[in-house]
Amino acid sequence: MDYEGVLVIGEQRGGRVHSVTFELLARGRALADKLGVKLSCVILGHGLQQYAQEIVQRGADTAYVIDDPALEWFLPRTYCNAVVELIEEAKPEVVLAAATTTGRTLMPLVAARLMTGLTADCTGLDIDEKERLLLQTRPAIGGNVMATIKTPVARPQMATVRPKSARPLPADPGRRGEVVVKAYKREAASSASEKMLEFVADATQEVSVQDAEVIVAGGKGLKTRDGFKLVEDLARELGAAVGATRDVVDLGWIGYSHQIGLSGKTVSPKLYVAIGISGTIQHLAGMQTAETIVAINRDKDAQIFKVADFGIVGDLFQVVPEIIEKLQRAKAHKAL
Amino acid sequence: MHIVVLMKQVPGTSNVKMDENTGTMIRTEHENVMNPLDENALEAALEIRRLRDDVSVVGVSMGPPPAKRVLEEAIAMGADSGVLLSDRGFSGSDTLATAIPLARAAQVICGGRIGPDDLVLCGERATDGETGQVGPMVSSFLGVPVATYVRSIHVGDGYVDVERVVEDGFERLRLSLPAVLTVVKDINQPGFPTLDGKIAARSVKIPVLTLKDLGLSPDHTGLHGSPTRVVRVFRPKFSRDTVLYTQDNSGTATDNLLKFLDSRGLR
Ligand SMILES: Cc1cc2nc3c(=O)[nH]c(=O)nc-3n(C[C@H](O)[C@H](O)[C@H](O)COP(=O)(O)OP(=O)(O)OC[C@H]3O[C@@H](n4cnc5c(N)ncnc54)[C@H](O)[C@@H]3O)c2cc1C
Ligand SMILES: Nc1ncnc2c1ncn2[C@@H]1O[C@H](COP(=O)(O)O)[C@@H](O)[C@H]1O
Repeated sequence: MDYEGVLVIGEQRGGRVHSVTFELLARGRALADKLGVKLSCVILGHGLQQYAQEIVQRGADTAYVIDDPALEWFLPRTYCNAVVELIEEAKPEVVLAAATTTGRTLMPLVAARLMTGLTADCTGLDIDEKERLLLQTRPAIGGNVMATIKTPVARPQMATVRPKSARPLPADPGRRGEVVVKAYKREAASSASEKMLEFVADATQEVSVQDAEVIVAGGKGLKTRDGFKLVEDLARELGAAVGATRDVVDLGWIGYSHQIGLSGKTVSPKLYVAIGISGTIQHLAGMQTAETIVAINRDKDAQIFKVADFGIVGDLFQVVPEIIEKLQRAKAHKAL
Repeated sequence: MHIVVLMKQVPGTSNVKMDENTGTMIRTEHENVMNPLDENALEAALEIRRLRDDVSVVGVSMGPPPAKRVLEEAIAMGADSGVLLSDRGFSGSDTLATAIPLARAAQVICGGRIGPDDLVLCGERATDGETGQVGPMVSSFLGVPVATYVRSIHVGDGYVDVERVVEDGFERLRLSLPAVLTVVKDINQPGFPTLDGKIAARSVKIPVLTLKDLGLSPDHTGLHGSPTRVVRVFRPKFSRDTVLYTQDNSGTATDNLLKFLDSRGLR
C-alpha cells in the first residue's frame, strides 16, 4: 500500500489534551485539504476518550485513542513503540508533532526506527503540489536564515512544529468523524527500562515562556536585580510571562528557564516587549518570529528597533513605570 | 565504565558574519568552537568520574579534520581521550545520517558493544543545527533508553536517575544502563582547561575513524544516507515597519503605545 493521509501526534499533559494538539490539527487540515487526503490524529495516554470528539470537531477525520495505564506519562521508548505501530498500520504520508520537550524527544526515535527524515522546529509547512511533497520551513543558523527542507523518497515525511506558530480551528460541533480506540501492545520483554519516578510541577513559574501569549523580557539595561523587578511588574500588569537575555541570566537576576535566544528558549508569542535589550543576533534568534514586538531602549540605534513594530527611545526607568501606571489607571477606570 | 561524550564543532556565533547577497554564513575555520552545551555534557561526565575510580571519559566528534580541535580542547578540560570520525563519505549528513556513525563509534569505544556500565552524554542541541535530534536518534540505534533535557544525573548500580526539565516542571526518571542523556545548560558550570590537561592534549594522539573503520556502508551516512534535502535557503524579512517615538515629558510615547496595543487587540 502507498502512504496516504496526514497524521497528527496529539499531546496530553497530566491527563488533559494540550492545546498544541489543536494547532497541529489546523496545520494538518490545511495540508490534507491541499493533498486531497484524510487527516487523522492520535493521542496516547490513559482515560482520554472524552477528548476524541473535540479532536474531530477541530478538524480530524479520524481520532485514534491509544489507551493504557502504561501511557499515562510520556516515556520515550514506550510512546515510540505505540506510534511506530500505528504508522506502520495507517501508513500516513505526512506525520506532524509538536516541537515540545515531548515531540522533540519522541519524533527522533520514531524517525530512526522508520529510517525516515525529520525536520525540527518548523514554522512553515506547505505542499509542493507538482511533486506532492511536504515543504518544511524552519529557522536555521541562529535564525539568520530560513531553510526549506523536503523528504523526497523516504516515508512518512515528518516534522515537529513550533508551538504557537498556528492558530487552532474553532470547534465545529457539526463535524463528524471516526473514533478508534486502540490497545497498547506491550513490547516483548527487554532488559532496557525507563521509569517515571515522580513529576514535580514548577510552582514558581506561573506561565512558561513557551506557552505564553505575551512575554515581557528584560536585558542588562535594567542595571540590577532590583531594577529587573520593573520587568516583572509590567509582566504582571499584562498577564505575561517573564523573559530575559543571557546576560541577565548569567548575572543571576532570573533562572535559565526564562532565557530567550540561541542558547535559551525560542518563542513566538503574540506580543513580545523587550526592555533594555540591545538585540544581538543571539537574542533575536529566539524571539524575532513574535507576532508583534515592542521595544524600549535609550539608544535609538539599538538593533532591537530593527525588528520592532513599536519602539520608544528613552530611559526605561521613566518609560516603564509610566506604562504600568497608565495600564493600572485604565483598569481602575474599566472597573468603575 | 565508559562515558562517551558526543561533541560537535560549531561556528563561534559571537562573530558570525552574513553574506548579505547570498544570505549564507561566512565561516572561517578559526572561529569554530565546541558546541556550548557539549561543554556541559563533558563537565557532567567529569563530575561522574570524580565520584568513581573506574571511569574513562571519551570525546567523540564527527566532522572535517579541523574538528580534532574540539577533542583536544575536551582533553585539556579533563577528558581521557578523543576519537574523530572523519571521512568524505560523512559530508552532507542530516541528523539521521549523523546518528548512525556516532552510535557505531560509541559501540566501538565501549569495547565492541555498549554495556550495562556505559553512558553516552550529548548536548540537548547544537547551536548551528539546533535540532536536538541526534541524541535521541543515537539512543535508538544503540537500542538503549534516552532522557532529554537532563539537568541532574545520579549514576547507580546498573541504572541512572535523572531530572528532566519539561515545560511545566521537571520529571525524575530512572533508566537502566546503558543509556543516552542529553543535557541542558542548568546542569553545571563547565570548567576550564587545566595546565595538566593542556599538556596531555598536546601529547595525546587522536585516532581518526573512517566509514570503513566503522564498518558502515556509504548508503548509511553522508548525503546518500540522508532522507532529507535542503531545497532552499533564504533570508527572512524581519525588518518591520517600525513606529518609533522618543520619550519626553508629555506622555505622548506611552499614550501611543497603549493605543497601538489596543489597535492590535493586545491588551
Ligand atoms: C554562543 C552564544 C549564545 C548566546 N545565546 C544567547 C541567548 O540565548 N540569549 C541572549 O539573550 N543572548 C545570548 N548570547 C549573548 C548575546 O551575544 C548578548 O551578550 C546578549 O544578548 C546581550 O544582552 P542584553 O541585551 O541584555 O545586554 P546589552 O547588549 O548590554 O544591552 C543592554 C541594552 O540596554 C540599553 N539600556 C541601558 N540602560 C538603559 C536605560 N536606562 N533605559 C533604556 N535602555 C537602556 C542599552 O542601550 C543596551 O541596548 C549568546 C552569545 C553567544 C556567543
Ligand atoms: N557531528 C557531530 N559530532 C559529534 N556530536 C554531535 C554531532 N552532531 C550532533 N552531535 C551531538 O548531538 C547533540 C545535538 O545536536 P543536534 O541534534 O545537531 O542539535 C550535540 O550537542 C552533540 O552532543
